[in-house]
Amino acid sequence: MNKPLRRIAIFCGLLVLALLVRTNWLQYVEADELNTHEKNRRVLIERYAKERGNIVVDGKPITGSAKTDDTDFKYKRTYRDGPMWAPVTGYASQAFGATQIENLEDGILTGNDDQLFFDRTMAMFTGDEAKGGNVVTTLNGAAQKAAFEGLGEKKGAVVALEPGTGKILALASTPSYDPSSFAGYGAKDEKSWNSLGKDADKPMLNRALRETYPPGSTFKVVTAAAALENGVVDDIDAKTDSPLPWIMPGTTTPLENEGNIPCKDATLKEALRVSCNTVFGKLGFNVGKDKMLETAKKFGFNEEQFVPVRANASIFPEELNDSQTALSSIGQFDTRTTPLQMAMVVSAIANDGKLMKPYMIDQLEAPNLDVIKKTEPEEMGQPVSQEHAQMLQEMMETVVNEGTGSNAKIPDVTVGGKTGTAQHGENNSKNPYAWFISYAKGDNGAPVAVAVVVEDSDAVRDDISGGGLAAPIAKDVMKAVIDSKK
Amino acid sequence: MSVVTNTTTIGAIEAPSRRNTELAMLAFAVVIPIFAYLNVGLAVNDKVPSGMIGYGLGIGLLAGVGHLVVRKFAPYADPLLLPLATLLNGLGLVLIWRLDQSPRLIARAELAYGSFSPDAPKQLLYSAIGIALFVAVLLLLKDHRILQRYTYISMAVALVLLILPVFFPARNGAKIWISLGPFNLQPGEFAKIIIAIFFSGYLMVKRDALALASRRVMGLYLPRGRDLGPILMVWAMSILILVFETDLGTSLLFFGLFVIMLYVATERTSWIVFGLVMSAAGAVGVATFEPHVQQRVEFWLNPFAESTWEQSDQIGQALMSFGAGGTLGTGLGQGNSDLIGFAANSDFILSTVGEEFGLAGMMAFLLIYGLIVERGVRTALAARDPFGKLLAIGLSGAFAIQVFVVAGGVMGLIPLTGMTMPFVAAGGSSVIANWALIGILIRISDTARRPAPAPAPSTDAEMTQVVRP
Repeated sequence: MNKPLRRIAIFCGLLVLALLVRTNWLQYVEADELNTHEKNRRVLIERYAKERGNIVVDGKPITGSAKTDDTDFKYKRTYRDGPMWAPVTGYASQAFGATQIENLEDGILTGNDDQLFFDRTMAMFTGDEAKGGNVVTTLNGAAQKAAFEGLGEKKGAVVALEPGTGKILALASTPSYDPSSFAGYGAKDEKSWNSLGKDADKPMLNRALRETYPPGSTFKVVTAAAALENGVVDDIDAKTDSPLPWIMPGTTTPLENEGNIPCKDATLKEALRVSCNTVFGKLGFNVGKDKMLETAKKFGFNEEQFVPVRANASIFPEELNDSQTALSSIGQFDTRTTPLQMAMVVSAIANDGKLMKPYMIDQLEAPNLDVIKKTEPEEMGQPVSQEHAQMLQEMMETVVNEGTGSNAKIPDVTVGGKTGTAQHGENNSKNPYAWFISYAKGDNGAPVAVAVVVEDSDAVRDDISGGGLAAPIAKDVMKAVIDSKK
Repeated sequence: MSVVTNTTTIGAIEAPSRRNTELAMLAFAVVIPIFAYLNVGLAVNDKVPSGMIGYGLGIGLLAGVGHLVVRKFAPYADPLLLPLATLLNGLGLVLIWRLDQSPRLIARAELAYGSFSPDAPKQLLYSAIGIALFVAVLLLLKDHRILQRYTYISMAVALVLLILPVFFPARNGAKIWISLGPFNLQPGEFAKIIIAIFFSGYLMVKRDALALASRRVMGLYLPRGRDLGPILMVWAMSILILVFETDLGTSLLFFGLFVIMLYVATERTSWIVFGLVMSAAGAVGVATFEPHVQQRVEFWLNPFAESTWEQSDQIGQALMSFGAGGTLGTGLGQGNSDLIGFAANSDFILSTVGEEFGLAGMMAFLLIYGLIVERGVRTALAARDPFGKLLAIGLSGAFAIQVFVVAGGVMGLIPLTGMTMPFVAAGGSSVIANWALIGILIRISDTARRPAPAPAPSTDAEMTQVVRP
């Protein structure tokens, strides 16, 4: 009887072994996956177990952490000027999860990141209450305020960049929401969450990063860059071969200008100043769809950007016929861009052609304020040569000084810009989007580049609306940045 | 059985009783849970728990009584069984007490039943009853072979115990409970022991017939048709349990127990093959029409699926609990295993072990269970009579299967069944029955290791030795 007994012993051993293997699998191999599982309430409990670290602007926190008397969640997130900063911070809600910086840097903010291991260990020995680290942003409080207040009741978005580094200085989107209104998980929080979700104006949409708009005439800057880079135009003051009216190739339709403006054989500079559709449509066609696409891609089109919050990809269509190429080159047809993308375009031009990767997290700090990670500016590429970039600057400065963008003028500061009015809706039935992109330049290069879009404005359909509605906002943002540097 | 003569020869030399080893191990088995208790108190309330002295005295006293009775009435018993069971029982009490402190579970109970009553005091009482039964087994059962007399009575009792729950309402989907006023019993826990007694008695008598009368087909000895009778009956019994009591665990336990004992009794591998084929056929067959079993399988395969989550998040919560423990665990009292909610301190208590003791603690727990099984199998090997061998392997095999089925279910290795972790989980039946089980194993091991009476002086003895080649 002992032989089968020994075999049964082995069998029992195998049962225990199977359990041992399984527990290793669960607690070692799969542990990370289980610990970050979306259904794991521990993630939330951890997130609110300690005083959450803050998101910092200009050395001051724009978030806070309030103690609660809840069994599961010891702390609750609070926000200072919530609606203004929501496009930057995102939200951290006990019931509805976290987004944007609150989500991406959750490890630092909760203090559970591996990079904070040393601090946690120290806190254990010193008996201090552990708390989260801080996320220091690149944003400029004054610029953000100017942007948010400039947009006011209107729907729209503003992105301001520092051309030399790619730092995001302002990132506003309206209408906005107050993330404190649903930071908890009570009935009140649920109610405001639901009403925000149902709101037709989509207050929780981050228009600066996640909405794409037809760029309209602001895209002519990209077309001009493509024409210069590809040798289609060499001299911005030389007459171009631009008939008026111009019948789009492959069609019998003439491309219309907005109003009666002097576009026949206009120079590139003049064409941009008065915003000639015919000149830039034909230029885009002459450059060709492949070269247009190539230049657009160099500026960052057709690719999601991570700042590190994800921004939607802006689109320059890949498949186009000749007339569509012409339309796309003046920012119509299927060309769509995020406000961030247009800010990148103008920032590259202002930075003498060098495109810096946009980012909004300057550094991560441990709870004791030690810097644990600092973002270094990173070059994304050189969409236009320095020489051509300076030509584009000259053209854009003319737009502001003598053209459609005069509302953006700032005394004693060189400002370059471009207006845009993008039609949309079937047969352009809906109210157009008003655009303005610009930069300000001082003696030491350009401190700021801005893109402003105002949705659904009741503006008349000409370029004045871009100049009339969006340009003053851009001006205020630029002025705020310049003033804050003084 | 040549082994028997060997053992006798060795036994003739005075074997050490190992009682002092047991006492030393028992000291650890008492001190470790007391420290764990202190740990919970400090972690949860930042102070030494007030029940510390009572708890320490209680568990120390129980262990002490157990030890003294073993020393007096089973002096040659296996020295590890008692300390291992005590350690598990003690840690189980700590874990239950720890979950009693959970605000989440308290709130949950108040919401569901209007009031919360802690389980730890009850469990301490059950442990005391368990030890009392253990003592009773050792006092009353002077020789395990006495049990052989009750073979068929055991069968009747086991059948009654297994059938009884059918007449009581299902609790949480499984009919494994009988309610007697304030007490709820899981008769399956007791039936496990009683049916092992029946199988041992029955197989001891029938094993030759089952083993020898067979035909050889394709390398396997196939039993005669009429000898298939008993296994078919047990199989049918298990299927019935599965269908009427919707309890996969008990069903698996009994069938596995029978196959193991049949194999040991007959030494025929064909029984194992038969058993596996029949259990697979039975399980698949029942699963095709029994929604409760299908549901369990579905939960097991997709613990995080939205449809599963709506009905029961237990397995998913348990898995996340294990994950949260990681390598070293969160430390006692600092985990969130109470998120499991229902049955956190009974069927799912292992996830608290996983979360708060971590992988290291889980390995230790599983190895303690493995060690108990190993001591049981060793007792079976050492036992000198076939009945003792069968009973010991039956009890340890049942113990092993139960641990596997419960732990495997909680860890998502196999579909979850309604059984409890022996000694650790809250619940009277389990603790009491398993103490009785340990008592019987200790009795068998005592008989096995007891030195044989010195051979009667014989004038022939020396001569016999001389002629031996």
